[in-house]
Amino acid sequence: MNMAIRVFLLLLIIFSSMYPTLCIYEDQVGHMDWHQQYIGKVKHAVFHTQKAARKRVVVSTEENVVASLDLRRGEIFWRHVLGPKDVIDALDIALGKYVITLSSGGTILRAWNLPDGQMMWESTLSGSTPSMSLLSVPTNLKIGKDDVVFVYGSGCLYAVASIDGEVIWKKELTSEGVHIQQLIYPDGTDIIYAVGLAGLTQFDAYQINVKTGELLKHSSMVFPAGFSGDLSFITSDIAVTLDSTGSILVAVHFQDGEISFHQTQVSELGWDFSGPAVLLLTKLPGMFALEINKSIVFIKVTNEGKLEVVDKLGQSTAVSESLNLSEGQQAFGLIQRGDGKIFLSVKLGSDWTSNLLQETIQMDYQRGNAHKVFINTYVRTDRSNGFRALIVMEDHSLFLLQQGEIVWSREDGLASITDVMASELPVEKDGVSVAKVEHNLFEWLKGHLLKLKGTLMIATPDDVAAIQKLRLQSSEKSKMTRDHNGFRKLLIVLTRAGKLFALHTGDGRIVWSLFLDSLRKSETCQNPRGLSLHQWQDPHHHVLDENPSVLVVGRCDHSTDSPGVLSVVDTYTGQERNHLGPTHSITRVIPLPFTDSAEQRLHLLLDVNRQAHLYPRTTEALDIFQRELGNIYWYSADVDKGILKGHAVQNNCILKIADSYCFNTRDLWSIILPSESEKIIATATRNLNEAVHTQAKVTSDQEVMYKYISKNLLFLATVAPKAVGPVGSVTPEESWLVVYVIDTVTGRILHRMTHHGSQGPVQAVFSENWVVYHYFNLKAHRYEMSVIEIYDQSRSDNKDILKLLLGKHNLTSPITAYSRPEVIAKSQSYFFTHSVKTLAVTSTAKGITSKQLLLGTIGDQVLALDKRFLDPRRTVNPTQAEKEEGIIPLTDSLPIIPQSYVTHALKVEGLRGIATVPAKLESTTLVFAYGVDLFFTRLAPSRTYDSLTEDFSYALLLITIAALVIAIFVTWIWSEKKELQEKWR
Amino acid sequence: MDKGKAVMGSGRRWAVEFTDNSTSNSSRDIPDPPGFTRASHDPDDSAVSKQKKDAEANWKSQKAWEVAQAPFKNLFMMGFMMWMSGSTVHLFSIGITFSALWQPINALRGVGKVFEPYKDNRVDLLAPKLVFIALNLVGLGMGIWKLNTLGLLPTHVSDWVSSLPPAQEVEYSGGGIPLY
Repeated sequence: MNMAIRVFLLLLIIFSSMYPTLCIYEDQVGHMDWHQQYIGKVKHAVFHTQKAARKRVVVSTEENVVASLDLRRGEIFWRHVLGPKDVIDALDIALGKYVITLSSGGTILRAWNLPDGQMMWESTLSGSTPSMSLLSVPTNLKIGKDDVVFVYGSGCLYAVASIDGEVIWKKELTSEGVHIQQLIYPDGTDIIYAVGLAGLTQFDAYQINVKTGELLKHSSMVFPAGFSGDLSFITSDIAVTLDSTGSILVAVHFQDGEISFHQTQVSELGWDFSGPAVLLLTKLPGMFALEINKSIVFIKVTNEGKLEVVDKLGQSTAVSESLNLSEGQQAFGLIQRGDGKIFLSVKLGSDWTSNLLQETIQMDYQRGNAHKVFINTYVRTDRSNGFRALIVMEDHSLFLLQQGEIVWSREDGLASITDVMASELPVEKDGVSVAKVEHNLFEWLKGHLLKLKGTLMIATPDDVAAIQKLRLQSSEKSKMTRDHNGFRKLLIVLTRAGKLFALHTGDGRIVWSLFLDSLRKSETCQNPRGLSLHQWQDPHHHVLDENPSVLVVGRCDHSTDSPGVLSVVDTYTGQERNHLGPTHSITRVIPLPFTDSAEQRLHLLLDVNRQAHLYPRTTEALDIFQRELGNIYWYSADVDKGILKGHAVQNNCILKIADSYCFNTRDLWSIILPSESEKIIATATRNLNEAVHTQAKVTSDQEVMYKYISKNLLFLATVAPKAVGPVGSVTPEESWLVVYVIDTVTGRILHRMTHHGSQGPVQAVFSENWVVYHYFNLKAHRYEMSVIEIYDQSRSDNKDILKLLLGKHNLTSPITAYSRPEVIAKSQSYFFTHSVKTLAVTSTAKGITSKQLLLGTIGDQVLALDKRFLDPRRTVNPTQAEKEEGIIPLTDSLPIIPQSYVTHALKVEGLRGIATVPAKLESTTLVFAYGVDLFFTRLAPSRTYDSLTEDFSYALLLITIAALVIAIFVTWIWSEKKELQEKWR
Repeated sequence: MDKGKAVMGSGRRWAVEFTDNSTSNSSRDIPDPPGFTRASHDPDDSAVSKQKKDAEANWKSQKAWEVAQAPFKNLFMMGFMMWMSGSTVHLFSIGITFSALWQPINALRGVGKVFEPYKDNRVDLLAPKLVFIALNLVGLGMGIWKLNTLGLLPTHVSDWVSSLPPAQEVEYSGGGIPLY
């Protein structure tokens, strides 16, 4: 024991006295990290195949990415990730060399150079009223010398020169509350039509001179029954809409300013339609589509204005926009879903019955339905038209189909990860064949000889390349079994599409993926969404034969009171074990610190009525829960009202159907924040799985400070209601930031502090007994980071060594929050250069290794910062003893060491979160950063003090040992001989 | 150093005892040489041998005292080394400290052996032994003191609580902002 303490102290001192340098060498990149680039779910796609050496498709996505993809391989040529609020509304190609994007509600127009993605120009189109944003790029229209694009945004119509983004003219069209829905420019004319609805009763058409922006004619007509809202445009002078009841189709003719309505009852169309119809926004030649009774009806508008039903297809049909073919004909594509396959058909606009192309493609059921399809044509060798189709599936993956085959596919669902969970891999089974071992041994020796050469600097360039290859392709790291160090794991990720992926930490490949049935659109569940992932079963003691599993919590709709769905997924096989739902609403998920005999973790799910539901629903779990009932509390933070409430679980609910797994809760305490001065903007709690090695902190003078370590602490940050907006919206005098540390069992405020002249956004991370948070200081015009450390004063009188020696102390006996331990908080603030998107902290298996903060910077990189820089005990002139302890002299700002960027030269575009997972090796932690891109690496905050580096040359060590042993023998024999000679002399 | 002392102390590896006082003839199988009469001891001779013995006893006790005082010089040496090594933990100071601890312990274990060559009925070895032990104990004390100054003795509270795991909590609380 003593020895262990000494050795530990010794190690502690040795390690704390050196600055850990994290940087890696150039040749180590990709050795233990991987980086994957995605774009997200594609919204718009424009093909660029004519006269282009490298055929490409330009896409914009729901992750606000503009990207140019290689049409042959699906690789990214270039990509730009716009800000989270800069939503792309429209995308087109102008002049054959610029990609034009309209974003931010039609206020920002940008042009990107097609070959390399450089931004050519950007125009801000300011307007007053928010409206739809439309982009129209006429093919052959010049105003003066300039080619133009027409943009409608914020209630104004603009003509913008496509060469430099200059606004040529601007026309405001919001005079009577008209919402323009379409810009129509018939080629070769001088008039552009802007068509829309005013209110829901009046149809408006504007005719505008394209050269000057002069309003030529404004015609409008009232439709007393009212419109449903959307317009579908058939030709350049006919639009179709529904009335407000959804039972009458209205064809609007607006040729030359004359407006006329033609009404047709939906039921009159034949085919026995009943129920309200919904107009689908399609751009089909001479046709439109309605959704009635969960099927899609295609209706043709004849030249005389008559409506004719063409076909009725299933709900899961996706239709492309029309595509102009060479002979003035128009074609469009349709995707229908079959069992395990999809059917692609391309039809001519004039002729529904025959197909230009019909293909059947095998498609995994896990991909769901096709959501979008974009078609493009090419000329085959026999001069007929060939078609390729880009399809977006329900799981956000992207496929290119050509000639009945999948040319490439992209897993772009991974761009929208919402939650991450780590899971162990299966244990390696015995019984490895001898041949394999021999082969391995030979390879092993060869590898080490190569490494030895490298170490001794006698390697040829070829050898160096071979060494590098060996390192990167080590089969070890991508094995499907558990390793000794715990580096190989599965990362279970939940995406916004509701799909689960298991990624291997070794190389980032997808081990399995599962599109949960419970998170698919169904009749009972209209807009399902995955909310969070929780560890359901993590067997490691006595039920090793069971596979680990995760709990996926979802919700059927956007509101909090919509029914919830639950499913349990086996992480080894990727199969859904069981599912439940739609069931009660789910507002909070509380994993309890108890497991049943099968090591299934007990979870408490709270619904909107504040009733707690216990899972798993077994009597054993219920017994465990009943036993611990008195000690289980929960708290709710109401951001809108500014109320923090504590609750206790009470007795069974009184329901119509008796449910012994449902419990009522009662209020215990509440903290009401004054709504005129404080608004909750951030909370942080400790990670439940975090391991803490010790409760004591030893200072340089051998004194002990006891950390106040509790899992029930909540960090809460509030700001002045005025200061909720962006930086610069308030003056320092009327802005403040108040931080609290609250015990959530008793509602006791352990610490409260006000930062005057500061405002959010606040990012915070809670670990052990400390909180670190990041905010903006308006007075200093800089970002700041603060640390609060909480220590337990009531324990500090344990000073009798004899008692400690005999174990007669109460330091490890269970404690209750109701004993109200006396605590002190120490705090310190520092300036920090970067704004921070997200904050995380490293976590290790036993919690011995020192911690590092991981900051997701605004530049989408991950920066590691030693916790030692955020230590409230830092002073300007630390004593010698304090220096030895590792206390860094106080500086007003935190240093940013370029080598400590975890992501080195890479960027994790659109960074949203950082997850840390402890490896089995105490010194090491696994870091997974996700956003649009994914990045994984492993970190050793105090360096790998418990293992040799992978570069370590075992061959050199063996040779050295052998040489030493030989030397010992030789010298021994030699000395024996000499001694004998000595004696005979 | 130990070794050198041992060589010095037991400098004579072998000895022939010429002064055999046994009087009984029967015990000897070899007859006395002619002209040698056992009974007729020369009183002069015996006086000489006694003198010799005294001298030897003197020499032995002198040597024993020398051996007993040897650690004293060592102490100064050790003290100097300790002072030189400083109070931070590193290889040198640890080496010095452990040798300062090891040497007295080793010497104390071999007290009997060190004084073996000087064993004599007439020589009183108790006092030198006590001095030897005392000096070595002082050396040991110095070693322990050094260990303490290096902070390697568990004499502080911190040494006993630094690896205590955090106490368990009775209550458990969860929840937070509703899932959105």
